[in-house]
Amino acid sequence: MQDRLASNGQSMNKTILEMRGITKTFPGVKALQDVNLDVVEGEIHAIVGENGAGKSTLMKVLSGVYPHGSYEGDVVFEGHECHFHGIHDSERVGIVIIHQELALVPLLSIAENIFLGNERARNGVIDWHEVRSGARKLLDMVGLNEDPETLVTHLGTGKQQLVEIAKALAKEVKLLILDEPTASLAEKDSNALLDLLVAFKKQGIASILISHKLNEVSKVADRITVLRDGKTIETMNREEIGEDRIITSMVGRSIEDRYPGRTPQIGETLFEVENWVVHHPIHTERQVIKGVDLAVRRGEVVGIAGLMGSGRTELAMSVFGRTYGHGITGQVRMNGKPVDTSSVKKAVDAGIAYVTEDRKTYGLNLIDHIKHNVTIANLVGVSRGGVIDDLAELRVANDYRARTNIRSSSVYQLTGNLSGGNQQKVVLSKWLFADPQLLILDEPTRGIDVGAKYEIYTIINKLAGEGRGILIISSEMPELLGICDRIYVMNEGRIVGELAGNEASQEKIMRAIVRGEGKTA
Amino acid sequence: MSSETVNSAAAPGARSSVRAIIQSNLRDYGLVVALLAIMVFFQFATNGTLFKPVNLTNIVLQNSYIIIMALGMLLVIVGGHIDLSVGSVSGFVGAVAAILMVEYDLNPLVAAILCLGVGALIGASQGFWIAYLKIPSFIVTLAGMLVFKGLSLAILGGRSVGPFPPEFQMLSAGFIPDVFGPITIPQGEAAPITLHTTTLVIGIAIVLAIVYFSLTSRASRERHGYQAEPFALFAVKTAIIGALILFFTYTLASYKGIPNVMVVMSILIAVFVFITRMTTLGRRIYALGGNAKAAQLSGIKTERLTFYIFVIMGMLAALAGLIFAARLNTATPKAGQGFELDVIAAVFIGGASMAGGVGQVAGAVIGAFIMGVMNNGMSIMGVNIDWQQVIKGLVLLGAVVFDVYNKNKA
Repeated sequence: MQDRLASNGQSMNKTILEMRGITKTFPGVKALQDVNLDVVEGEIHAIVGENGAGKSTLMKVLSGVYPHGSYEGDVVFEGHECHFHGIHDSERVGIVIIHQELALVPLLSIAENIFLGNERARNGVIDWHEVRSGARKLLDMVGLNEDPETLVTHLGTGKQQLVEIAKALAKEVKLLILDEPTASLAEKDSNALLDLLVAFKKQGIASILISHKLNEVSKVADRITVLRDGKTIETMNREEIGEDRIITSMVGRSIEDRYPGRTPQIGETLFEVENWVVHHPIHTERQVIKGVDLAVRRGEVVGIAGLMGSGRTELAMSVFGRTYGHGITGQVRMNGKPVDTSSVKKAVDAGIAYVTEDRKTYGLNLIDHIKHNVTIANLVGVSRGGVIDDLAELRVANDYRARTNIRSSSVYQLTGNLSGGNQQKVVLSKWLFADPQLLILDEPTRGIDVGAKYEIYTIINKLAGEGRGILIISSEMPELLGICDRIYVMNEGRIVGELAGNEASQEKIMRAIVRGEGKTA
Repeated sequence: MSSETVNSAAAPGARSSVRAIIQSNLRDYGLVVALLAIMVFFQFATNGTLFKPVNLTNIVLQNSYIIIMALGMLLVIVGGHIDLSVGSVSGFVGAVAAILMVEYDLNPLVAAILCLGVGALIGASQGFWIAYLKIPSFIVTLAGMLVFKGLSLAILGGRSVGPFPPEFQMLSAGFIPDVFGPITIPQGEAAPITLHTTTLVIGIAIVLAIVYFSLTSRASRERHGYQAEPFALFAVKTAIIGALILFFTYTLASYKGIPNVMVVMSILIAVFVFITRMTTLGRRIYALGGNAKAAQLSGIKTERLTFYIFVIMGMLAALAGLIFAARLNTATPKAGQGFELDVIAAVFIGGASMAGGVGQVAGAVIGAFIMGVMNNGMSIMGVNIDWQQVIKGLVLLGAVVFDVYNKNKA
């Protein structure tokens, strides 16, 4: 322990966590190979790496999801060797993990959720007074100004995230692990969350932050450990941190440009939406989309920028088979001719595909393998008279696996076991096999690492090059600026701006949003 | 679309696919082994009564209606639903059949077709609420269970109606005719064995067909550059299956041959294996159960699909009701009660998942046979009905625990 302190260069603080020589093997795969990680008291230690690099596996080892004995190596926390056999054991010593998918019970109140499994009770009888006052105190600590009685289901994702953190604080956390905490947060909420981690530092709470957002990592992390292919590549100190260096280290080569180059070959108008009006499915008198006009030409990559809740996803889903909304009016045209998109089937037949923003809930059958997921939107393409040609299907699946570079042992791997980037490639393959003329991509790179993003941009470019139209919804403005020929700006259910790709900038987009806000009365 | 990449991509994909195929079939093999173990156990425990030709024939007759309903239930459960009403529906249809044939003297064939129509209608009426109005299937079919139990009582007026016309009885009591005429094998001093030749011929024909089709499908896989399963494994598997079929048909042949109801059942099993493994309809049902939202967004009409699943289930429940009524040769108000539990248990023993998206026809059929053989064996041994229930319950629990344990280990 003593020489370790001297060697990590942070001799002021003591090391609270040491993971030494962790090796974890799954049948046929070495997920982790001799990984080392140490965390000192009160630091924010970021772990970055591509999808499938082993970040989540490492955290599952640490939190006891993979019990002691199922991996090799030592986990030492506060000087004691740990033999965790479940999350309960790791939480008892003060290690709390907050997963990407939040683990809150929606129909219980904030206070009940905070003390779930850790109830303020005497002999099994809950002391509601203490629950409320305790919750109030914890909510103040995380800066959430909500009534502890509010049901969690009424909170947005950002606030739910804060409730999760309050829940961790209730367990007297010493080491907080956050897995992609800002993946689904708007920028303001993300910043608030990161500020909170910095504030926790002062109270001696260390954090492990797993994130794909390199700008955030370089802003708050004291040290960064890079994993690649299940191995520790390096640990950088604060002064060494730079985005380019991280990327180089993550992918094992330097990426000169994060966006692949492309020479647009734009043809005639492919897809038009005119005067599109959509009402809220429950509050049917409320307009969610208030008369949108937009167009995409062949070979064109068009972006839709906007804040969360601006109606972008609602617009896409209402066009795609009326899968969102009520009282929809307006016209959709493909190649100048009006088309019926009133059911998913009709929309697909008209040549439209929609890749959802939530691939796990809406995109994939996670308990089935890649082959079946790739063909499900176009079974007719691999069957005759309702009978599936197994060999043709296998050929298609292998073909798309190679084309979109899905990393898996075979097409018989369950999609639930793939990393986020590879799952996204399966969803893309599914829609590519349906051969659409217009591809609507909703947050296509959310929760995906730099390397896989580049691959997805390359696929997008290739599709545009084949003369298809691409419509991309994204909350990451640099991404839209990097790949789009034209960008629409949406706010509160309207198009409030249209910018050519080469003259667009983050400032112009923001200005369009802000200016647009006045018009919505 | 393009095929240039096939060969390069096939090599790694195909090799591990062999392992995947074995792994994915491991459970089915395990089930077959469990069924055989149970049969061997009872063969000894009943002093050789279990495998007697007359008893084996009986096992088929006793379980045919459970197996037939298990086929539909498999689709229902894979689709993410449940149907608690099948027992009551089969009882109700049996009652309708009795009224039509016995009281109204309707032609048995016409009456049977009408009854299947009634089953489809019942399935449709339940499927409507489940598919289009999104009422949980558990509740709709629980209601259906009560409704049709009550309706059978009502139309039978609390009495038993029978007997059925002889043609109709043939459905459950008859055997296929021996078109080749029987052959007799002298056994020295013991009584000679008379064999039902047609049954033997059918058994051999089925084995030959299985060998032929598995060889051609292997060859076609290899011709297209995909590695098939190792030949040794393939040969052993085919040999075992062939031997079992031959043994089974030989045993049946030494009694009265193949029962009519087994012909119906076998055709239905083949059809359902085909639907679930080879057709777009089957694939869509698995997609629906695996992730209904994703299936819907992939252009699958999930509502209509759910509706059809329940129509199919209703028809199969009706068919089972006819078979059961023909077997008893009377329709009683109690007919069909509790069948739903055996049917659902068979599907879960066969490896289907409560959450939907997982399950195989072969598994459900074997699951039904496991239950059936246990019923039969324990009855011969003279185990009381109360303890039979206890043991069956524990087997169901054990099978599912084993399954879940295996999945978590993987």
